[in-house]
Amino acid sequence: MTFAFDLILCLMILGTAGIALFVRDALAAIAFFIAFGNLMGLTWLGLDAVNVALAEIAIGAGVTGVLLILARARLLALGDDATCSGTPLWLRLGALAACAGFVVLLAASVLSIPPESGLDRVVAPLMPGLGIENRVTGVLLAFRAYDTLLESFVLLGALVAVWSLAPAGAWPGRPADPGMTDAPMRRVAGTFGQLLLPVALVMAAYLVWAGSDLPGGAFQAGTVLAGGLLVAAMGGTIGLPSSDRPLLRAALVLGPAVFLAIGLAGIAAGGLLVYPEGMAKALIVIIEYTLFLSIGVTLALLVAGPPVPDASHPNPEGKG
Amino acid sequence: MSGTDLVVLVLLGAGLAFYAAGSLGLLRFPDTASRLHALTKADNLGLGLVALAAAIYGGSLAMAAKIALVWLFAVIAAGTTSQLLARRTRLDEPRPDASDSAPDGEAR
Repeated sequence: MTFAFDLILCLMILGTAGIALFVRDALAAIAFFIAFGNLMGLTWLGLDAVNVALAEIAIGAGVTGVLLILARARLLALGDDATCSGTPLWLRLGALAACAGFVVLLAASVLSIPPESGLDRVVAPLMPGLGIENRVTGVLLAFRAYDTLLESFVLLGALVAVWSLAPAGAWPGRPADPGMTDAPMRRVAGTFGQLLLPVALVMAAYLVWAGSDLPGGAFQAGTVLAGGLLVAAMGGTIGLPSSDRPLLRAALVLGPAVFLAIGLAGIAAGGLLVYPEGMAKALIVIIEYTLFLSIGVTLALLVAGPPVPDASHPNPEGKG
Repeated sequence: MSGTDLVVLVLLGAGLAFYAAGSLGLLRFPDTASRLHALTKADNLGLGLVALAAAIYGGSLAMAAKIALVWLFAVIAAGTTSQLLARRTRLDEPRPDASDSAPDGEAR
């Protein structure tokens, strides 16, 4: 990347971030936040951190953007005008001081790392033992698998928290039907959903598989699956399942449970989350595929929101 | 500069010109329908030209095939969302001269 490109990218990132912070209209702020996330993804791409770029664009801009738009829609439905009122000066100055202090600390610590002491040097000699090429996957699923295992349970916990917001009498129902109510819009979105869902499945399966050796992995693939499921639900191609369906519950816990079981079985091979010699790649691929399924379904249901009181759903058939 | 580079540059330049025209229409046109008109026409053409430039610049058939897929799904998604936006705008009438910000996303 050339200097001019980097400079323009930096200015655009600062600009979109500034507008997202200072604009009063919530929808405009969200739009600029999504643009900001995509530009950040471009930056990671320029730094050759393709895994981070994928995650930033899919989760940071995509899923978060959808969540923010839905949060605004719910606020509007509740009678809140979803605009930012002015904050007192001391609060703004305090936030400025806190953020500036944090930036200085962060910059000082990043700049104090000698360039040659990257994690890559530590990880690279260990990779042949795993049989996979992608060092990020190696760190996430082997050398620091503990973090990823906990993360997968945190995601599950987030869904439990959202479900616990279900109003009295709604449990264990379905989330609000995200399908479009207007018939022509539903047809257009339905055609798109029917096309996109199978493509998203193939794409996600590819991303997991490629994640062993190339950028990709369970979280990125899970986001693609969640996107496909939600678009299909908007067009009425699939209905969202009731929260107590055994198949749904199984899909939600499958990934974390398999991960935990393999981790515990590792005790026989020497310790928690230790993979037996020669079996590392097979076990990592199994964990990633089950995690991908659970992450995809969990993210889709996080966006769909808590169950609502039954209001004669047009789609009695849930997804599996 | 090789001939390939020249072709890439010309395609990129033409694509960016169409993007600029589409963005100008988005900013200057009075209502949602004409703004969508500008975006869907000009940006789809711009995307096609930029994708073509990227495919030629990439140099391999596999790369070109991947870019073609990206282009295809971007065009399908753009067509779908612009139809949804247009329909939503029609539902929100009567106010043919409305120049508000974008309509309110999905019907929820």
